[in-house]
Amino acid sequence: MRPDSEAVAEQVFIALADPTRRAILAALAEGGPATATDLAGRLPITRQAIAKHLALLSDAGLVTAEPGERRRVRYRLRSAPMRVAQQFLAALARDWDGPLNALKEHLDAT
Amino acid sequence: MGFPDRIERTVEIAHPPAKVWAALTTAEGLGTWFGNEATIDLRPGGAAQMTWTDEGFTAQMRVERVEEPTVFGFTWGIFGLPDEDPRRTYVEFTLEPAGAGTRLTVVESGFAQLPEEAHRKAYDGNTEGWAKELGELVDYLNAA
Repeated sequence: MRPDSEAVAEQVFIALADPTRRAILAALAEGGPATATDLAGRLPITRQAIAKHLALLSDAGLVTAEPGERRRVRYRLRSAPMRVAQQFLAALARDWDGPLNALKEHLDAT
Repeated sequence: MGFPDRIERTVEIAHPPAKVWAALTTAEGLGTWFGNEATIDLRPGGAAQMTWTDEGFTAQMRVERVEEPTVFGFTWGIFGLPDEDPRRTYVEFTLEPAGAGTRLTVVESGFAQLPEEAHRKAYDGNTEGWAKELGELVDYLNAA
């Protein structure tokens, strides 16, 4: 794995470690691109706090800012960094110890 | 942090390679110790699938290497990624005689596959594609 992917995954895990940022990312995943004002209407967080977190997420490359209606900025979730982090988690989630023990037991029983 | 690209395990099994081979490469074997149900077309390029009924989960595999009774390899999807994601990991079982038993090694590799720039574009394209398709559906329904 290229070193930059580790940096990408790290940004994802840092973002997900904060409950407000998790809520913002979840809202964008569920409902699609939204402005800070849209998100403030849906989440129990002030618009100012949301704007601050969106700026941070944008710097980290986890959301992209795009022009929306009436010159308001809309934020869109970028899925590519999530996939890099997901592969790290996939390696941790893949269990071979359990199946190999099951194989041994199966062979002993037959 | 350290990204593992491969997972490797070696176990000593007190049964001969032929018996281990059968457990790894037949529907009866795979459907007993690994999944709950399995089908397999045992030839390179052949399809196999395993179902875990409790989890309601089915894994689609593609058989890659069949060298009875020493090497069996297949690819399957990466856990946690959508079924249609093209990236897969490669699993290879190697069987070596060890006394009266078998030394079985399993290596699963490919966890560190990166979305290349082309991939990233494809993903972003997918997202935009959905928005576009939905827009076209709305137009179509509005026109009808």
